[in-house]
Amino acid sequence: MKLKLKIWRQKNAKSKGKIVNYDIDNISPDMSFLEMLDVLNADLILKNDEPVSFDHDCREGICGSCSLFINGQAHGPDRLVTTCQLHMRKFNDGDTIYIEPFRAKAFPVIKDLVVDRSAFDRIQHAGGYISINTSGNTQDANSIPVNKNDADLAFDAATCIGCGACVATCKNSSAMLFVGAKVSQYSLLPQGQTEASRRVVNMVNQMDLEGFGNCSNTGACEVECPKGISLDNIARMNRDFIKAKISS
Amino acid sequence: MQTSIIKKFAMAISGLFLIIFLLQHFIINVTSIFSESIFNQFSHFMGKNFVVQFIAQPILIFGVIFHFVMGFYLEIQNRRATKYEYFKENGSANSSWMSRNMIWSGLVILSFLVLHFIDFWIPEMNYKYIEFLPDDPNRYYEELVHKFEMPWRVLLYCISFGLLSMHLLHGFSSALKSMGANKYYSKFVKNLIHLYSIGIPLGFCFIALYHFISHI
Ligand code: HEM
Ligand code: SF4
Ligand code: FES
Repeated sequence: MKLKLKIWRQKNAKSKGKIVNYDIDNISPDMSFLEMLDVLNADLILKNDEPVSFDHDCREGICGSCSLFINGQAHGPDRLVTTCQLHMRKFNDGDTIYIEPFRAKAFPVIKDLVVDRSAFDRIQHAGGYISINTSGNTQDANSIPVNKNDADLAFDAATCIGCGACVATCKNSSAMLFVGAKVSQYSLLPQGQTEASRRVVNMVNQMDLEGFGNCSNTGACEVECPKGISLDNIARMNRDFIKAKISS
Repeated sequence: MQTSIIKKFAMAISGLFLIIFLLQHFIINVTSIFSESIFNQFSHFMGKNFVVQFIAQPILIFGVIFHFVMGFYLEIQNRRATKYEYFKENGSANSSWMSRNMIWSGLVILSFLVLHFIDFWIPEMNYKYIEFLPDDPNRYYEELVHKFEMPWRVLLYCISFGLLSMHLLHGFSSALKSMGANKYYSKFVKNLIHLYSIGIPLGFCFIALYHFISHI
């Protein structure tokens, strides 16, 4: 395959970036998107040019590192896949492909296509955990019965890999889907009840502090999320938050 | 009022309040098609009743102002949260046009409301509370029909209600979600939302067109 790439290049967090054009040839349709970028970078290195920086780690859709906005969509045109799982066969020979970093005020660009998503970590620190005293006499989790439906919903919510595609794709740069998933995965389980009110309030407050936008319920996040996290998690978080506010 | 969720909750309440008001307004207007005297009786009651005039009306005005001021405020905040535009953004791949353009449909509704105020509300206030003109319980129908004689007004009316329909097609279910309703509420509720969001604006257009056509 022969492709025209239009890639966002930016030296560092302070510099002004721009779109740079690259022509690339001999791309196999069976390559992943990141492998295509590896080929480009190998070319650039041979030409003594600066390779394009992009985030990646597991390359199998579980770590949430990869984060490209491809032809106007987070993680590209395919559904329920991360960028590392996207294949070149989803494109046609001769296509022009725009490759941009995930954009949000709360996700500043560090270099080229790499953005700083530590805002998500800080939201997690604000309450995305369960305080269990590991004193040696902790109760076995399996001894607490959990309704099958709740267990499934909690598990679905827990599949969020924190990639940030929901934020990148949202016209408001809202992080509600991510935070909704992280709140729900605990609030659905008996183990998460003790801290439920505090958790939702603290995580939402941190989310607002980081400068993410408000949710307009457009549903774009749910469509672009590589893990298919449901919008219902946002509704659940809204319920939990309002309940917590009323009872406090 | 500081938190995003509370702001959206308030936005949803004000939106649902306007939805209820619009239904009531529609029910009164639609009588103008069937019976001049029923329409006049309703309008006279609304125009003279103390509770409607001095309790419900201020609440309504507050509700409208709150809704659009909060709409602008959220829009500004949301724009600030997205620092850069993408070079290429394929919004239609994942969301509806209505949902992405609530501010634009809202702005059209707002300009319509300005016209509506100039047309009906200001003359009404002038009639009753400034010039203290003699009470005439049968004037309302004539005033309404007179307004719909001008084709440009009927056209503006219909365009605005078209955009109101779009505003509601996203807004109604969005408000329920903002208040914590699951996406998969029953088919019945979904149909009811569609019926309202398309039916009521269409009904308002029909009333305007009906009077316009009866006139010619
Ligand atoms: C006066 C002009 C109006 C303006 C400027 C306006 C603006 C807006 C905006 C910007 C939103 C989106 C808020 C967000 O997504 O965060 C919105 C939502 C909404 N609007 Fe309006 N609007 C207007 C009139 C109306 C009217 C007349 C109705 C009902 C009859 C209405 C019903 C709704 C509803 C139900 C929502 C959804 C609330 C939610 O998402 O929680 N609006 N409006
Ligand atoms: S909700 Fe989906 S899109 Fe958002 S961070 Fe989690 S996995 Fe990524
Ligand atoms: S590199 Fe780990 S999810 Fe894509």
